[in-house]
Amino acid sequence: MDPDTTLPVLLMAAWLVPLASFVLIVLFGKYMGPRGIGAGYLSVLAIVTSAIFSLIAMFGVWLPNHDFPAAHESEHSSSTHDGAVVSATDESHSKDSHSNNPHPDYYTGDWYSLGEFGTLKLTIGYYIDSLTVAMFCMVSVIASCVHIYALGYMHDELHEQFVDHEVTLSSGEHLHRKGRFYRFFQYLSLFCFSMFGIVIAGNVAMVFVFWELVGICSYFLIGFYIERHSASTAANKAFIVNRIGDFGMLIGMMALWSSVGTFAFGDMKNEKGEVEQGLFSLLRPEESEYQLAPPAGMIAEQKRMFAGDPNASAGDAATPAIDPKRNTQGQWLLFIAGVGIFCGCVGKSAQFPLHVWLPDAMEGPTPVSALVHSATMVAAGVYLVGRFYPCFSPEALLVIAYVGCITLFIAATIAITATDIKRVLAYSTVSQLGYMMLSLGLGGWVAGMFHLITHAFFKGLLFLCSGSVIHAVHTNDMTFMGGLRKKMPITAYTMLVGCLAIIGAGFPLSVYGLSGYYSKDAIIEQAWSFGSVNPQHAILKWAPVAGAFITAFYMFRLWYMTFAGQPSDPHRYDHAHESPRVMTGPLIVLAAFAIGIGWPIFHVNDLLEQGRPVGTLSATHGELLTNLTIPSEHDSHVPLIKIPAGIAAFCTALAGVLLASIIYLWRLLNPDELKESFKPLYGFLWNKWYFDELYNYLFVKPTLIVSHCAAWFDRNIIDSILHTSAAICKACSKVVDALFDQTVVDGTVNTLASGTWGLGLWLRKIQTGSLRQYVMFIVIGTVALFVTISIVQAYFIPTS
Amino acid sequence: MFNFPLANLLSEPVGVAHYVTVGAILFICGALCMATKRNALGVLMGIELVLNGANLNFVAFGSQYLRNDGHSLGLDGQLMALFVIVLAAAEAAVALAIALNFYNNHDSIDVDRADQLRG
Repeated sequence: MDPDTTLPVLLMAAWLVPLASFVLIVLFGKYMGPRGIGAGYLSVLAIVTSAIFSLIAMFGVWLPNHDFPAAHESEHSSSTHDGAVVSATDESHSKDSHSNNPHPDYYTGDWYSLGEFGTLKLTIGYYIDSLTVAMFCMVSVIASCVHIYALGYMHDELHEQFVDHEVTLSSGEHLHRKGRFYRFFQYLSLFCFSMFGIVIAGNVAMVFVFWELVGICSYFLIGFYIERHSASTAANKAFIVNRIGDFGMLIGMMALWSSVGTFAFGDMKNEKGEVEQGLFSLLRPEESEYQLAPPAGMIAEQKRMFAGDPNASAGDAATPAIDPKRNTQGQWLLFIAGVGIFCGCVGKSAQFPLHVWLPDAMEGPTPVSALVHSATMVAAGVYLVGRFYPCFSPEALLVIAYVGCITLFIAATIAITATDIKRVLAYSTVSQLGYMMLSLGLGGWVAGMFHLITHAFFKGLLFLCSGSVIHAVHTNDMTFMGGLRKKMPITAYTMLVGCLAIIGAGFPLSVYGLSGYYSKDAIIEQAWSFGSVNPQHAILKWAPVAGAFITAFYMFRLWYMTFAGQPSDPHRYDHAHESPRVMTGPLIVLAAFAIGIGWPIFHVNDLLEQGRPVGTLSATHGELLTNLTIPSEHDSHVPLIKIPAGIAAFCTALAGVLLASIIYLWRLLNPDELKESFKPLYGFLWNKWYFDELYNYLFVKPTLIVSHCAAWFDRNIIDSILHTSAAICKACSKVVDALFDQTVVDGTVNTLASGTWGLGLWLRKIQTGSLRQYVMFIVIGTVALFVTISIVQAYFIPTS
Repeated sequence: MFNFPLANLLSEPVGVAHYVTVGAILFICGALCMATKRNALGVLMGIELVLNGANLNFVAFGSQYLRNDGHSLGLDGQLMALFVIVLAAAEAAVALAIALNFYNNHDSIDVDRADQLRG
């Protein structure tokens, strides 16, 4: 099969089927079977169809047409070049002294043009490389599992009368409302459609459209229990925080477009057959050996910004002296564009400082949490950083790395004290997303994307397990659980698999482990590789290791508190039961993926390597920060880094598990006593580093004060102006009424009427009713006519 | 000398003008009759006179003896006259019925008393 034609068609089908399901459910959802149960089946059918199309695209089209590069591990040999460690990975690169990779195999084109405004082209297009195909498979498979699981989990919504126990009305009763089963699946379908749209998008504008669609879907789903106050505020919070990130993204888009002049990612042929270069080619031209080189438009734009002096502000805090050899032209604008785009990803992927929305998003039903936290919403941000990777300058990457580093540490520490089972998982998601961002920022593109995919599977699994537990005990609070592994073994052991996967369990220095073992170790290796060439950024080297320790601790704390030990609430324990097969089935499937997706025999790593963005293989040096070096990713595989990093990752994870076991399994230390002895720290973490309070005082309160002032101004100034002008208008119209309306207009009409009346009265007199008089009238009239015509003929019409 | 249009009728051979003159006299008699008679039957007679005066004109203008063109059949005048006769008969029937009803209601056929439709 020709991938050039079949891939776009297959993926478009996979993309549009959920949209069709959404439209059908919107129109006919109510009528699909009793209480809309058919809508659920339709939605499941749609997403499974998508999954089948995606898998056909992967195994039927992509893999047969694209051979994996020869395994680079064995050929790996490092050589020095220009004082930096440069990898020589395969033959073509070793011949080339610059050893930089060209464009990966990709297919791009436009399906539909929305409009052209000057040079601005808005199109619905596609850009398909191995990352796109991998993401399609990952999203559709996980979404299928979540959809099927939701059929069971949302069963309560099928009742005619759904009783929401968390909403108490003013009358003291719980809220009774109609079940909204079909609406849930309608949003799920739209959500999947939007996510596929981001992944397949061929230009930045289209990404932004679907980016916003994902945002609105998350709003609908987080606020699904809209009657609960906490749910509606959480939905608002998610949406507003995302808007803040999107603002930065818009700035980044404008910076890119105004200086580069195109939105498209890849090179595309237009109608005349000329090749129009896309963003990647323009920013990493072939002439500069695929190194990042700001195009002429960007340099001119920056000159304009800095008022004629391109080096004017380049010599500030970051770089003390202006080095004539360095080329900072356009680099600042490139930095702004990169950080701007990254802002959008910060919002969507819940990175510090916009991470606050994600834990609150737990108010949505658990299948939504699973979908949002694994495959769709938060994955979108990481995916976009990966997609935009060639456009980020080394300085922008450093920003990304630091944001990821801060996020992974903060979120991990908060997760230690949380007792809400879903919140622990939420903070763990934030932390893992921090890992991905860190990895991308340090140059570990494949590692970051690999972790995105493996994490999606085990985090989806963990959330679905937590949903299964919540379904059984009807509470989110882990302090009411305990000992549940006897009641619900499938959930307990699949969740154990998820926990082991997320901490990266595996045999160190071997190729045997769970999926997280491969991706997490790759990230830590990359961090160590980065730290070895940039000693001033050593914190980026140690943070992921510390994070690994904390991750292991809180994940096993969660598992022990939920499934091990003695039941802390016998009443709930007695009522607990294993979930139905429709819910445990997806758990088992996802557990299998969580174990095996990272295994080298499945080549996910090599598949992603095929999609490595252009020009990102070799080490790059900062232009603004001269002592910054982003190392080549392949350098992280040298034994000098791989062995200590692997051992460090293993030991910290093991230490975390041991500490959790000491406290929560063997009870050698009493957690309550620990809580007392570390009270200030505990309080600090329990209150989530006071981020919500901080934002409340920094942003919400000032906004409220300003809006109160504005409201006062509105009510007192604007309203009084309005009222006064209304009163003036009313008085004026009264004057006009008296002067003009009542005399002139009314007078005219009245005169006309009385004239008609008088005429009628006068004409009435002619109607005598006497027959003979009428005859006389006729005769006289006839004679008068005759005489008139005669006179006219005789005197006024000239005889010819 | 003032040339009165009808001055030399008597000295000329019989032509259209003679017939028209007789028709006009009949018409005026009928009209006067309609205007002066108070008896409804008298008014009806006046109508008959007016119609006959008009009829005479049709016949006179339609006669091929009195016309110069020999090309047409010259039946149009006669046809119109026949129509008028039929019309007169129908009108007389209706009018007599009205008169009869009027008499039944008012014990009179004085047209001056039939003025209920005055304005």
